[in-house]
Amino acid sequence: MDFQISISGFVALYVFMLAGFAGWVIIGRVPAILHTPLMSGSNFVHGIVVVGGIYALLNASSLQEQVIGFFAVLLGAGNAAGGYAVTDRMLAMFKTSEHTPTHVKSGRVKSIHAKKQ
Amino acid sequence: MLPFFPQMAQLGIGAADLAAALLFLYGLHRMSSPVTAPSGIFVAGGGMAVAVLASFLYAFGVSEAAKPNLMVNLVLVLVALVLGGGAAWWSGRKVAMTAMPQMVAIYNGMGGGAAAAIAAVELFGGKAVGMVALVVTLVGALIGAVSLSGSLIAWAKLDSVINKPLRFKGQQVFNALVLLATLAVGAYLVAAAQDKSLLVLAIPASIYLFFACALVLGIVMTLPIGGADMPVVISIFNAFTGLAVGLEGYVLQNPALMIAGMVVGAAGMLLTLLMAKAMNRSVANVVFTNFGEVAKHKQSTIKGSLKPMQAGDAGIAMRYASSVIIVPGYGLAVAQGQGKLYEFVKLLQAGGVSVKFAVHPVAGRMPGQMDVLLAEAGVPYDMIFQLEDINDQFSSTDVALVIGANDVVNPAARSDKASPIFGMPILNVDMAKKVFVVKRGEGKGYAGIVNALFYGENCDMVYGDAQAVLIKMIEAVRGLGLPTVT
Repeated sequence: MDFQISISGFVALYVFMLAGFAGWVIIGRVPAILHTPLMSGSNFVHGIVVVGGIYALLNASSLQEQVIGFFAVLLGAGNAAGGYAVTDRMLAMFKTSEHTPTHVKSGRVKSIHAKKQ
Repeated sequence: MLPFFPQMAQLGIGAADLAAALLFLYGLHRMSSPVTAPSGIFVAGGGMAVAVLASFLYAFGVSEAAKPNLMVNLVLVLVALVLGGGAAWWSGRKVAMTAMPQMVAIYNGMGGGAAAAIAAVELFGGKAVGMVALVVTLVGALIGAVSLSGSLIAWAKLDSVINKPLRFKGQQVFNALVLLATLAVGAYLVAAAQDKSLLVLAIPASIYLFFACALVLGIVMTLPIGGADMPVVISIFNAFTGLAVGLEGYVLQNPALMIAGMVVGAAGMLLTLLMAKAMNRSVANVVFTNFGEVAKHKQSTIKGSLKPMQAGDAGIAMRYASSVIIVPGYGLAVAQGQGKLYEFVKLLQAGGVSVKFAVHPVAGRMPGQMDVLLAEAGVPYDMIFQLEDINDQFSSTDVALVIGANDVVNPAARSDKASPIFGMPILNVDMAKKVFVVKRGEGKGYAGIVNALFYGENCDMVYGDAQAVLIKMIEAVRGLGLPTVT
């Protein structure tokens, strides 16, 4: 059994083409109101580079490679963790009127809660 | 070690990366609505956790040369993960919402730097074998390094460490030369790998030179770009980092990196184009021209005068209006006035005034920044309207309140063909029955052009820091002691 992955030539181009198209279509539907979380969210997704950093550092055979590999993991981990933290924080703030009772809507919100009880 | 272990490890990594790619796509898909978005980032986070955990399985398949270092390397990986991840997590939790653009720029630069560092390991270790792999590694390294240094400059600008765009004569020529030098060193590296007789400069020295040129390129590219163009710049660097990650993924033969990188690359490109379109400029125009200098043109004469007004009077006028549309801009973010703004809005709503927010696509320093600030203050998102949804409502609105926005409400974009912002989609604030503009002073907007809106018959200027002005408005309306509508 061999599970070695080998992607070369046109296969690589197919992967890139399909992934690019998927990204374009998915992001194209995001409303403008979510552009900042979307940007930091996609920022988080390219934090996957940390996996490449881990691979490079584990395979480092000289001090120079170890130093650079260390920075690759350090920066990649920062990208992923920071991107997640800010995106999660921002998305938690988006609320509809139903969830934030104002003076105007407080009556309506109360009645919804009353029904639930 | 047992002989089948490396194979099992490969199977584990392959399956985990496949799952991660799926979870990323599904997570991003869920982010297309405010209702499902919080779970979207959670799903994507799960993908990341799976991929990172599985990447430790690489330890079972390291090359012979790296085997003696394996224990040290594993410790280094853990230390780097904890240090980098911990510091970024902590800063991401603490950062103020108004500082979000520079934070995203920093994280983005880190990703670009990581991609460039991976490329450096491959290059110095001579691991990128074959012309295609070498070229892809170099291109990824170039884009990643540009994204790293460019994002750092963008951060410095957004954080006001660098206050003025740095511009000098012949800048474009200089930048082009830096790009050519980088490409030349890259081409030399490829040629020298094919034919050793071409060797004039040692390979490691050339690699250092290559990265130095690429980093300088990122710096000189970003320095001349002004603050209001930042939404485009941040989007571009986001796309760049994605591309670099995708390309390094190819070099490492890791499809998860290829897919995630290219998805982000495409997404960033789309967002970049949207932002440029909202400014009625091409992406090349934003990156290669110095906007401030283009603005020297004959102004069409503007009739009328600026009419200052007291904050309290404006607040009371809005309390007696039946409909108000609020247009927030970067000035609101600078003054940290979003909380006070919503407090004022709730007062108006309690008095039965219909209040809506109108947000321009490029208001602020990154795409959608105003939406996030309003959300932070607690404004429900169904009160926030985008340009195309609200623009024809201004003419039937009593009061339009502009806070810290300028160019995005300049009617010259509609009428004055000579104006540098002609053709840019703007919010039709001038069509409202009454306009109040909250502004720090009489200064011009980013584009350096006079705003005819301010001189209009229906417009009054309220000078002062946005937060201070809003506090006065709140006090004035409270002072009326009017009954509230329930």
